[in-house]
Amino acid sequence: MQIEAYAGEEMILNMGPQHPSTHGVLRLELETDGEIVRRVVPHIGYLHRCFEKHAENVDYPGVIPYTDRMDYVASMNNSLGYALAVEKLMKLEVNARVQTLRVIMAELNRIASHLLSIGTYAMDIGSFTPFLHCFREREKILDLFEWTCGARLLYNYNWVGGVSHDIPEGFVEKTREFLRQFAPVIPEMDELLSYNKIFVERTARVGVITEEMALSYNITGPNLRGSGVRWDLRKDAPYSGYETYDFIVPVGIGKFGPLGSCWDRYYVRVREMEESIKLIRQALDRLPEGDVQEKVPKKVKPPKGEVYGRTETPRGELGYYIVSDGGNNPYRVKVKSPCFTALSILPEIAKGEMVADIIALIGSIDIVMGELDR
Amino acid sequence: MKQAPEILQLLQEKFAEKILKSDIAATDPFVTLAPESIAEISVFLRDHPELGFDTLMCLSGVDYKGSKTEPDRIEVVYHLFSMKHRHQIVLKAQLPRENPAIPTVENVWAIANWHEREAYDMFGIHFEGNSDLRRILCPDDWVGYPLRKDYEQPATYRGMPVAPTKQFVEMAMEGQHVGTDPFVADLKKS
Repeated sequence: MQIEAYAGEEMILNMGPQHPSTHGVLRLELETDGEIVRRVVPHIGYLHRCFEKHAENVDYPGVIPYTDRMDYVASMNNSLGYALAVEKLMKLEVNARVQTLRVIMAELNRIASHLLSIGTYAMDIGSFTPFLHCFREREKILDLFEWTCGARLLYNYNWVGGVSHDIPEGFVEKTREFLRQFAPVIPEMDELLSYNKIFVERTARVGVITEEMALSYNITGPNLRGSGVRWDLRKDAPYSGYETYDFIVPVGIGKFGPLGSCWDRYYVRVREMEESIKLIRQALDRLPEGDVQEKVPKKVKPPKGEVYGRTETPRGELGYYIVSDGGNNPYRVKVKSPCFTALSILPEIAKGEMVADIIALIGSIDIVMGELDR
Repeated sequence: MKQAPEILQLLQEKFAEKILKSDIAATDPFVTLAPESIAEISVFLRDHPELGFDTLMCLSGVDYKGSKTEPDRIEVVYHLFSMKHRHQIVLKAQLPRENPAIPTVENVWAIANWHEREAYDMFGIHFEGNSDLRRILCPDDWVGYPLRKDYEQPATYRGMPVAPTKQFVEMAMEGQHVGTDPFVADLKKS
């Protein structure tokens, strides 16, 4: 191979932990040969707060604020997964209004999370403008959340058996107005970024994940769909009434290079925002009446047993393995983080790439260190 | 798609003596296996055309010490899923709390490498054959296994206090200088 001809001395390069493009505190040990990366060793744990140990020392509802702090850009989705897992353990059914509100909030947060992901990704690659556009829109979603439950990022919204607040008067109209205004922003983003020649050149042939690799490494979410696998828990193992909505699951198309490249993963996120808009519109149309705390138990005390619940967050499949011994506190809570599995594939796909492409790679798998390290 | 009883039956045909316990009526049906056979059975589960468990969703350690209902032990739990056939099964292996060891399944599902590192880091479970069994979330020179039920937090790590000690908190409450934080002085006044 041509690369062999240039083989020289190798140099160890530390990327991170305080590097803006590592999206938090992640350290990569790169073994470089000139500009080519021979080996990558990720070092994680800088944001480790031992969530799982904390969870054993508080009662079931007390865990929810901790789940918010794992993936702090998609807290609604994280707490939803936990609430659903505990409800499954308790065999608790929530009413239709709670289900619909949860879908609205989860999808709004999905849009907010994808906007952040796309914006920062563009900035990593070297384009500043999309970042500002994305953050302008994200801000409006955060305002809606703040109006509903008082918090902008860490909501403690999805409770076991219900939600913390019903939506305020006028929320439906405000959200519709936001969607009306936001829908044309996505084609704008396509023009600005998706089909931008420089962006495509930087991403379309980099970091290809094949379907086989994705399954073996348990890659999930947009990263998996970027490799052309049409798999989405909202469709394939529906929860919270997702089976009654009409939406499609976008997958990577390999338009500018091999299927499963960084561009495909980015592209899936853009298309998913359109589907989220569809979902929110349907949910707003049907929003049934009801008391949102009707089923909230006075004391959350699941029977002895264990459960594995998983939901589709913006980053992929988030799993909660909860063991109950019949007491007030969970005996064990294990979180399967989608970022954890996504990062584990990095050493495999980064081999032989250029140093600058590593930046493109990390941004495209969209990791949040808070959830990765827990 | 196969239901849990069918999966269990396929397993029983081949590995009858390795199955120690099974519960197909549980919320997530599980099979408890002899620890030494886990790698062999994993390969079978992945490669069997009718089972095809191609993903390892989750690998967790659980420490049952001082549990009101269960005997003391360490358990390794494998949540498997088949994307092709859309069915799932849970495998469990019970290990002693002293020097727990179990073969790795890294060669069956690549993701197991990191999950096993985490279980090693948090519970001290030794995964025999894992190519890179290092701590992953805690620093390399951390002492103890944090998620064990009898874990006691060290007072300091490399000279840095890990958590505020009782004395530290008392000093802070009395308004004594414990750092550069002006918050401490305000605490006294209020």
